[in-house]
Amino acid sequence: MSTIATSDRPSLLAGIRSSGAYHKLLAFSGLIVLLVVFSLASPNFLQTANVLAILQATSVNGVLAIAATIVIITGGIDLSVGTLMTFCAVIAGVLLTNNGMPLPVGVLGAILAGTVSGLISGTIVAKLKVPPFIATLGMMLILKGLSLVISGTKPIYFNNTPGFTQIAQGSLIGSVIPALPVPNGVLILFLVAIVISFVLSKTALGRYTFALGSNEEAVRLSGVNVDRWKIGVYALAGSVVGIAGLLIASRLNSAQPALGQGYELDAIAAVVIGGTSLSGGRGTVLGTLIGALIISVLANGLRILSVAQEWQTVVTGLIIILAVFADILRRRKL
Amino acid sequence: MTTRRTLLGAISALALLVSGGASFAQEAREIALISKGFQHQFWQAVKAGADKAGAELGVTVTFEGPDNETQVDRQIDMLAAALSRNPAAIGFAALDSQAATPLLQQAKDAGIPVIAFDSGVDSDIPLTTATTDNVAAAALAADKMAELIGEEGKIAVVAHDQTSRTGIDRRDGFVNRIAEAYPNIEIVSVQYGGGDQLQSTEITKSILLANPDLKGIFGTNEGSAIGVANGKQELNSQVVVIGFDSGAAQKGMVESGLMNGAITQNPVGIGYETVKAAVTALDGGELPDIIDTGFFYYDATNMDDPEIAAVLYD
Repeated sequence: MSTIATSDRPSLLAGIRSSGAYHKLLAFSGLIVLLVVFSLASPNFLQTANVLAILQATSVNGVLAIAATIVIITGGIDLSVGTLMTFCAVIAGVLLTNNGMPLPVGVLGAILAGTVSGLISGTIVAKLKVPPFIATLGMMLILKGLSLVISGTKPIYFNNTPGFTQIAQGSLIGSVIPALPVPNGVLILFLVAIVISFVLSKTALGRYTFALGSNEEAVRLSGVNVDRWKIGVYALAGSVVGIAGLLIASRLNSAQPALGQGYELDAIAAVVIGGTSLSGGRGTVLGTLIGALIISVLANGLRILSVAQEWQTVVTGLIIILAVFADILRRRKL
Repeated sequence: MTTRRTLLGAISALALLVSGGASFAQEAREIALISKGFQHQFWQAVKAGADKAGAELGVTVTFEGPDNETQVDRQIDMLAAALSRNPAAIGFAALDSQAATPLLQQAKDAGIPVIAFDSGVDSDIPLTTATTDNVAAAALAADKMAELIGEEGKIAVVAHDQTSRTGIDRRDGFVNRIAEAYPNIEIVSVQYGGGDQLQSTEITKSILLANPDLKGIFGTNEGSAIGVANGKQELNSQVVVIGFDSGAAQKGMVESGLMNGAITQNPVGIGYETVKAAVTALDGGELPDIIDTGFFYYDATNMDDPEIAAVLYD
């Protein structure tokens, strides 16, 4: 993150650029362009129901991507977010449906399962010195297998816990303003974004998250217990994944044990489109949120326009490369 | 600023491209099909049938499905986006019936008829279901297997999974038929390879090595059947192989005799009947509860018969 590099052509935008806000601006303007283009192309795009569908579709990937952002800022990576999400959903299913526990126990259980799994990943990375890619790849498979074992390879339904579907599908806002039935899942996404933004910018854990990604050795030499903070980062990410697990389970009214693998890639895509550097030390939750929105706006918009599915995939790939390339160009110029 | 301009330029070029396509597509009534998969040859054949019916009946057909059959939430997002387009009717092959219920209700409330295809939906919203009778199709596979091995000896099943409706129906259809009709045939092993060719190959090899006197293996879908045939080839075995579905690879194996024969569903018919049923519903016609789209046994001798060739797909 060498934004202090000199430029022989100082520009008016230099201030914005060096603050990192420029990238958010870039991703944000990309999002606006997509919204405008799709609105002009189809009258069905900017309907309330469709906008809510886009936000609903963003909620799970958005929360997962926020979890991935935290770890990626430290210069690590978490490949287990997709299958951990499923694992947390299955834990909620076991507690609520198989054991008839009350709703809050299921919610806390799922988040706790995520936190514990994060603690384990973090410990493997920090104490056993296994590279994050390998450690979380292993965890990804372990959790996928455990989800299948615990659930007996069958979906667990939440029909006996009536309030459960309300977590993502209900609408608190809609009960106050009937014209605006924003699903609770979307509220939860924004809530998670606000809380994690706060943690990253205002707390010691947040400062060390960035410091670890910029120069871990320097942090270590200054006498900080690097391992402890690193484990904390993975645990925090894990608990956020637990929330994603609740969201997807509530959305589907079931814990689907086979689902999850591949979702980590969409989360990572949202993170990089949002301007977080895979080499660590730089990134924002807001950027990730915009990245996740770009992915779902693109998917929804292309579907609304009835673009053939094979081309939808091609376009999404192009946008990812374009977004990151724009970021590289920007930094080369500074 | 070059970067932003480049981005803008690229996106607006793209927009021109897609809006050109869209305005062209908005002329006819739209039937939106949400399937369980997309790139698999079986689903592409369903799509081909749907497109054929669309062309004949003068409706626009769109076809989408998630990358694999576990992505229940992605399928729900596709269904939601399709509903936002306000299609005339919807065809839906549910990965999980329950998860889709709220959206199906939304379709019903909006007066959009829903036709289920491939597998049923546990709901009274779909007007009909266009599907294969998998139990009967697998029983036919059992009869052919018995005929080929002389109605006695050990056989095995390599199935695609133990949870999906098709996985359960085909396994049970085969196993029960053998148990009822062929007392001298013993099924020594039923194993699951997830429909994955490589995994099914490994399973087949281990079954063959453990049972040198095995006379036949039934593979319950395209990936399983190809895996079984590959396993047979790798071990240079002479075991009888009955497959399920078609596709270029499997057809080639049947042609060469590596696979003795296979059951094919009629995916083209599934797609065709789904769109036809949707149009019937839109025009106020009557529909039966189930539209049986049929199945056929094919081997090297009848593959080129016009009736069979029409339901085989690459």
